[in-house]
Amino acid sequence: MCLAIPALIEELTTPGNAIVNLGGVRKEISLALISDAAVGDYVIVHVGYALQKLDPEEAQRTLEMFAEMGQIDELRSELGVQ
Amino acid sequence: MKYVDEFRNGELAKNISANITREANPKRTFRLMEFCGGHTHAISRYGLADLLPPNVRMIHGPGCPVCVLPIGRVDQAIRLAREQGVILCTYADTVRVPASNNLSLMRAKASGADVRMIYSTQDALKIARDNPDREVVFLAIGFETTTPPTAVAVKQAAAEGLKNFSILCDHVLTPAAMHAILAVEGGVAIDGFVGPAHVSTVIGSKPYEPFADDYNKPVVIAGFEPLDVMQAILMLVRQINDGRAAVENEFIRAVTREGNVKAQELVAEVFELRETFEWRGLGSVPNSALKLRPPYAAFDAELKFAVDYVAVQDNKACECAAILRGQKRPQECKIFGTVCTPENPIGSCMVSSEGACAAHYSYGRFRESA
Repeated sequence: MCLAIPALIEELTTPGNAIVNLGGVRKEISLALISDAAVGDYVIVHVGYALQKLDPEEAQRTLEMFAEMGQIDELRSELGVQ
Repeated sequence: MKYVDEFRNGELAKNISANITREANPKRTFRLMEFCGGHTHAISRYGLADLLPPNVRMIHGPGCPVCVLPIGRVDQAIRLAREQGVILCTYADTVRVPASNNLSLMRAKASGADVRMIYSTQDALKIARDNPDREVVFLAIGFETTTPPTAVAVKQAAAEGLKNFSILCDHVLTPAAMHAILAVEGGVAIDGFVGPAHVSTVIGSKPYEPFADDYNKPVVIAGFEPLDVMQAILMLVRQINDGRAAVENEFIRAVTREGNVKAQELVAEVFELRETFEWRGLGSVPNSALKLRPPYAAFDAELKFAVDYVAVQDNKACECAAILRGQKRPQECKIFGTVCTPENPIGSCMVSSEGACAAHYSYGRFRESA
């Protein structure tokens, strides 16, 4: 029930709904729970409602965090130790 | 798919895994509870336990809505459908939860009750509009993610004057369940929590601050993808190594400290706290669930149809209660994978893919015997 994937808003429909693309599947959802959603935004969809918009910059920061070296590696390289 | 594929990258997973193994203090153990069933599913599906050193152990939490729903609540819905002849609408997972007298909503449907699976509360409203001469009851279950959609539907029904629509409200609260877990008699040894993804998009990170401040338990909110969960584990290991307890947020792309205020306001307008609510596994927990506020009483199926809640004992052989408290693992239940399977669940944890038993059955049950 809680398993959901981010969906791309492709079209705004009335009243307060949107057509989203969920990995190729187009579906109409409600935007009643969020403000200022626009075409091109990614939203988290849950039981037919957008719960929150995804922040692309924060997503990029998180991806960079995954790639960080271990703290010990960093220390080693800073100190020039192999 | 954007925001999915890059969060499932195997090379990055190995990098985070190496960091965890290198940094986790070998002189101690790290017992981390992932509260949410979505995380339980991700951990099982992607085999994340195999990427962790032996001293970092994940404990499954109670954050699976159909798992924590006690038998008596499902019985209420079945009674409504069979005895009062209502159209009973509910989310799909709920129909398979075992209830009294060897019934479930699905079996009640097979014997003639009008039970309908819906995807969204909007579907339930449509069924009510299309059947003006029938009573339509929505069995409203779930944590803070499914509550705002129910609030929208109730407000819409009130605005439309949809008099044949009502809800059986079983909405429950995440922080209350975390308090209950920490207060379990005999204790559950937990060093930190992986905080829920979608629940936190709604309530924000602020409601977890008491767990860090008062209980000294670190909380790291994580997204649902495997790399999110791995990174959150690394962040917990770092806090525990340093002797810190803070609320940190790995899911910054969707969670803020304040959460979704619009959704919170809608919920506060329509719902108020129940004095107490019985959970499977946790027993009666004060202020842990919601009911409709008096102005919306006409939409409360419990008042409209006088279906009282009657507590029912779980099946004696079933260990769901201890599993939901984090005290037992699925494989420690005698009937796991033999009598109780996803095709024929005896306990609720075997029903939903987010349930600890169903997740372990589907993805992990041959791991330990191999």
